[in-house]
Amino acid sequence: MTTATAITGTGPTPEGDDSPYALSHLDALESEAVHIFREVAGEFERPVILFSGGKDSIVMLHLALKAFAPAPVPFSLLHVDTGHNFPEVLEYRDRTVEKHGLRLHVASVQEYIDRGALKERPDGTRNPLQTVPLTEAIQQHRFDAVFGGGRRDEEKARAKERVFSLRDEFSQWDPRRQRPELWQLYNGRHAPGEHVRVFPLSNWTELDVWQYIAREGIELPQIYFAHKREVFRRSGMWLTAGEWGGPKDDETVETRQVRYRTVGDMSCTGAVDSDATTLDAVITEIAASRLTERGATRADDKMSEAAMEDRKREGYF
Amino acid sequence: MSTITTEDLAATTLLRFATAGSVDDGKSTLVGRLLHDSKSVLTDQLEAVEHASRNRGQEAPDLALLTDGLRAEREQGITIDVAYRYFATPRRRFILADTPGHVQYTRNMVTGASTAELAVVLVDARNGVVEQTRRHAAVAALLRVPHVVLAVNKMDLVDYEETVFAKIAEEFTAYAGELGVPEITAIPISALAGDNVVDASANMDWYGGPTVLEHLETVAVSHDLAHCHARLPVQVVIRPQTAELPDYRGYAGQIAAGTFRVGDPVTVLPSGKTSKISGIDLLGKPVDVAWTPQSVTLLLEDDIDISRGDLIVPTPDAPTATQDIEATVCHVADQALTVGHRVLLKHGTRTVKAIVKDIPSRLTLDDLSLHPHPGQLVANDIGRVKIRTAEPLPVDAYADSRRTGSFILIDPNDGTTLTAGMVGESFAAPEPVKTEADDEGWDF
Repeated sequence: MTTATAITGTGPTPEGDDSPYALSHLDALESEAVHIFREVAGEFERPVILFSGGKDSIVMLHLALKAFAPAPVPFSLLHVDTGHNFPEVLEYRDRTVEKHGLRLHVASVQEYIDRGALKERPDGTRNPLQTVPLTEAIQQHRFDAVFGGGRRDEEKARAKERVFSLRDEFSQWDPRRQRPELWQLYNGRHAPGEHVRVFPLSNWTELDVWQYIAREGIELPQIYFAHKREVFRRSGMWLTAGEWGGPKDDETVETRQVRYRTVGDMSCTGAVDSDATTLDAVITEIAASRLTERGATRADDKMSEAAMEDRKREGYF
Repeated sequence: MSTITTEDLAATTLLRFATAGSVDDGKSTLVGRLLHDSKSVLTDQLEAVEHASRNRGQEAPDLALLTDGLRAEREQGITIDVAYRYFATPRRRFILADTPGHVQYTRNMVTGASTAELAVVLVDARNGVVEQTRRHAAVAALLRVPHVVLAVNKMDLVDYEETVFAKIAEEFTAYAGELGVPEITAIPISALAGDNVVDASANMDWYGGPTVLEHLETVAVSHDLAHCHARLPVQVVIRPQTAELPDYRGYAGQIAAGTFRVGDPVTVLPSGKTSKISGIDLLGKPVDVAWTPQSVTLLLEDDIDISRGDLIVPTPDAPTATQDIEATVCHVADQALTVGHRVLLKHGTRTVKAIVKDIPSRLTLDDLSLHPHPGQLVANDIGRVKIRTAEPLPVDAYADSRRTGSFILIDPNDGTTLTAGMVGESFAAPEPVKTEADDEGWDF
């Protein structure tokens, strides 16, 4: 029989997962994210957290609160408001800002449309329209580090994203000119006018985010849990019936028990059929799901193979 | 999946590992199979891959499309950049840095290996150990990746012959051992047929070891790091200055190595001032002991001047600060590194001015031949450099601490990350490197 392992060195003997020094994966991910927040606090002048009221940005804020406690979070928040928001999410956003005494900046897509600086798309989707208000808010407030909740497991262009991702003054991402990231040595150097997008949740998966929410007892907007809602079917997804984007004539509205896996622009974010009314039920449902959260719920990512890469190049989140 | 409870899911540990190899070795197939057979590729991702494969005129779904995320990669059919992939089993969560194996992407392999606790090196059983295999072993050895797996792939094409596997395993183990790789596990597999990747092979009953996934799930992650020299690079000083906490002053950072305990006498570098740990905040929870890689806030008995960039260490175990650093580097930028180059050096949380005093040699990883005084290092070159820093730095040898023995060089003008550096000797073994410049051969 051939032996499989050869111990050739005389190094220290490693210990197994029952070692008292073993960290759970959530502890390891939390520690890594806190390290990233603190690096930014140490190296940048005007950082901002992109805060949509979605679960990833909620977890980001929670991590930032822990990273600097008992001092307050040394960053403000920026919400790029598409004008098609879930009311539960806006209410959550405002309550959270007040609770933690934070400062919130809002960049409004609706305002850009109203003054003719942006044009409504034929499909009514506003996610791609967020790029210009986002970029201009970054320039206007001279933010030099912008925290995003993007995760590498979400999408294949995101799988190639750095933790510290340099953007030029137009917020553009050039995937061929990314800085290699070695060890935990992040390079935040940038020229005036440029900024760095920072992704503290890079190494988290959707399941990690939910497990962490459960472990930490973090409150979420109610739309993440199963509830009755009037919806209609489009491109294989349940969209909320209402004032934006539908239903069209050939689409019929029905009441279903659904929940949201992601929170975005209401006109292109789909709900999934679900009975999960508690965190544990949501975690069980996600662990068994055969669809990614973007595949299940985002119309804008179904547009083409490189939809996310193209939006990222132009300065999207 | 239905038998997994949420407690089981939350109790797993994390393993970061890297794969090196080329499409020809079947790397994408292996990665695809690990993801697929561990049910980490979801239906919509598979459908997207099937759709894209059909558009390209391929009949079978090309699993490489799962990891080749950029348009340029798909157009050229090559992997350009490190792709991070995530999958989980009930026992562990995995972060896979999937790196392209070609020589011009050495920097990506180095990047992926820098945070990896395990590296999987692939060889084609028909070809055995080739130049590229030796390069991958050398990168793993240079970066001090604690565990290396040799996956001898395409065993189905050599009739699952034990002697073929044993010869390759022996040759590789001898070579990697000579480079100082501490632990090598050789596994005969067929990624295409699925032998010994997730499930044990029915075709190789002569093999008694673990499958690739079993090994990944059970390999002992080096929590022994907690026993090494304790190091805390200070990231920020936390001072709430509120009515309730007027005097709170905490030094926040991620423990880079070792263990800190309340009561430990500590020294702050570079100032050399000493104090005692009076408290440790573990993200809001007071604890008596904390270890790497926990992010903590240390409280000290004395009010001494400490700021970002300082290093807190146990007083009996302080490193010597030096302005002259000798290191092995991997050059990662398109612009060359030359003697006399003025750069910024980031070590831990401290960034200082530095100058490249000398480049004594360049190392060819394929055959470990040494080329004296190359004058410059270009992208993907590995070499030895001597650096003089503007201020003394408390560096450790990379062999002792991957985190506090490493640094990056940054171009002060445009901020480019130029070079990745590892302080001290290149390899754990004494002298595996040949000094002749022109000898191309490698004899066993």
